[in-house]
Amino acid sequence: MSGPEIVRQWIDERVDLREMFAPLMEKTVPRHRFSHWYLLGGVTLFLFGVQVCTGLLLLLYYRPSMNEAYESVQYITNRVAFGWLVRSVHAWSADLMIFMAFAHMFSVAFLRAYRKPRELTWMSGMVLLFLCLGFGFSGYLLPWNTLSFFATKVGTEVPGRMPVIGHATLLFMRGGEDVGAATLARFFSLHVVVLPAITASMILLHLLLVQKFGMSVPPSVEKEGPRFGSKVKFFPNYFLRDVMTWSVALMVLLVLAVTFPVELGKKADPFGSAPAGIRPEWYFLSQFQTLRLLPATILHIDGEVIGALAFGLAGALWVGLPLLEGRLGRNGSRWARISVLGALVYLASTTLYAYFTT
Amino acid sequence: MRLLAIVVTFVALNARGLAQQTTDASVKSAHEQFVSDIHSQKGLTCVSCHQGIDKPGKSNDYTIRRSEIPALCGSCHADAGKMKQYGPSLRTDQLEQYKTSVHGIKFAHGDTHVAVCTDCHTTHSIRPASDPHASTHPLNVAATCKRCHSDREYMKPYGIATDQFAGYIDSVHYKALVESGDLSAPTCTTCHGSHGAAPPGVAAVTNVCATCHVLQGKFFEESPHKQAFAKLELPSCVTCHEGHRIHHPDDDFVGTGKSAVCATCHIASEPAGQMADGAHNSFHHFETEMVSTKSLLDRASRAGMDVADAEMELTQANDALAKARVSLHSAQPARVAADLEEGAKVIARAHEAGTSALKERDSRRKAIVLPVIALAGLFVTAALYIRALEKRER
Repeated sequence: MSGPEIVRQWIDERVDLREMFAPLMEKTVPRHRFSHWYLLGGVTLFLFGVQVCTGLLLLLYYRPSMNEAYESVQYITNRVAFGWLVRSVHAWSADLMIFMAFAHMFSVAFLRAYRKPRELTWMSGMVLLFLCLGFGFSGYLLPWNTLSFFATKVGTEVPGRMPVIGHATLLFMRGGEDVGAATLARFFSLHVVVLPAITASMILLHLLLVQKFGMSVPPSVEKEGPRFGSKVKFFPNYFLRDVMTWSVALMVLLVLAVTFPVELGKKADPFGSAPAGIRPEWYFLSQFQTLRLLPATILHIDGEVIGALAFGLAGALWVGLPLLEGRLGRNGSRWARISVLGALVYLASTTLYAYFTT
Repeated sequence: MRLLAIVVTFVALNARGLAQQTTDASVKSAHEQFVSDIHSQKGLTCVSCHQGIDKPGKSNDYTIRRSEIPALCGSCHADAGKMKQYGPSLRTDQLEQYKTSVHGIKFAHGDTHVAVCTDCHTTHSIRPASDPHASTHPLNVAATCKRCHSDREYMKPYGIATDQFAGYIDSVHYKALVESGDLSAPTCTTCHGSHGAAPPGVAAVTNVCATCHVLQGKFFEESPHKQAFAKLELPSCVTCHEGHRIHHPDDDFVGTGKSAVCATCHIASEPAGQMADGAHNSFHHFETEMVSTKSLLDRASRAGMDVADAEMELTQANDALAKARVSLHSAQPARVAADLEEGAKVIARAHEAGTSALKERDSRRKAIVLPVIALAGLFVTAALYIRALEKRER
């Protein structure tokens, strides 16, 4: 017997690997004209894995204090071997992961894969999307450069305008009245401890639910009955397709990271003025543009407060989409499709509008 | 207390039957203005200047004639003993200075149209020069002088030009004062003096400008232009840079080109003209190199490369260019070349750093090709394996 075979047998005698991996080996994936959309979830998970690996490497040198954060990132970029690559990959992978999470969410919404019994899978997925956005928001401050400082200042002001809980929320987020050392410390702990712990649990839950309920087949395909296609084994057939997609994702990531490396910019000056044309990262541009379009007051209430409340309501409705569709009866699926398409068009158009006008 | 004193005076005037005259608008206005006057705030009243108007039997004439103003103001402001109580370091030479000024000399000869104290300081709303509302505050001095010196009819008897204000507000000094808020930037009184106001004599212009532009003045004194200008009775500095409409000179200012000031006296074929053209070309070349190196460093920075040290060093090249432009006033090519040489070395080092950074960027881009090819290989291998696997399964 070969070396690996000996090791495998030794472990198998104690842990029964066959039984442990049986669900994976027996799992099948429906094969039809929409089945390539199933790959998006795997790519998102892969990119999260890249984030964890590059994040751990950055953690070896990063210093989470006002006086050292920028300098430590500068050190990583200019002095540490391949530090520039790790940092650039981490930044680009964040953008790609969030983009893939949105793409995965919209593909699930369009294919109506949130239908019973997969409502919880949808909801856990939405929580994961919000966690991704939380990662993006908290991680953006960590280099402590001019853009990140002022983006965080503006980003934490909006929740601060909420009635009743606004000021308390602002103080909690910033660790004080202004963005400073306390903000950096708590954003750092949020980014490397709190969010990863919650995300790991949610990913586990999400995958267990996917495993339990299997892959959803779109209603239009189901109607075709036995004609719609065969199933493929998850392992190794579908897994290899995952590997193909991951290799493409990694290729794109490396090319972007090397061709358009992330700039460090200038160190944040809390007493300086915000740079002209400052705007948040692309995944918050839609909300940013919406707030810009709203009038200063609506029915004597601050326009930004109305906007923030509207986002909250829209988010809650979106998370509850599977439940709402059921309540709308026969026309539920049509209204759901219209809402999904409308949401996609709104998000895309406001994001592009904000990008090209700031 | 001050208000009470004014009220008492008002009542006294009334008691003397001057109630009719106190309704005169100018007097009423004077009372209103005087509240904010520095004299009022220091405890003086109307009678401190309009002496005796509160005494019975005094004539109704309370106006002070223009011919009396310098002496009246000087009765306190030239008395060191009297002024000490208001401030130990207050100047008391204003009247003496005034007597040496063009205004003072003409005044002494009986011309009361020239400026007296109240023309610049106002009559009843005199404020310290540090007060932004004062007519003598640096931001307001030019407008104060302009009232007479831009009035063509008023200045006609004196045969003086009236375009000084128009030239000054187009100047780099005015922009520094008003737009940049630099209160130390020169205004009329900085060059002409305040109480001893006079246009600087031909020989004195360098001294005036060199109060701030020290090195330029020093180099000019050492240059062949000093004697040449003196021989031609041309004032230094203003012959090339103008008196009031002083603009920031660019490199086309130098040489024998169309807008070059050297061409006023020199032609391209003579040694001085060639020197001027040489300086122009050197400055132009230096600036081009500096801009191109800055652009190179910007490209490297945008590509994520660390060129912060080179960018910092490049600012020294700007300093070298400024130094060379100053030493140009010595009209000594060797001195100018030495200053530019220092800057050229800085530019060369910064250029080298930028080029290295971009080379590093290119090598990184090339290095990524291998991993991408490996990943593409993985993709193809997986695709082929799936195809073979599924073919076998079928």
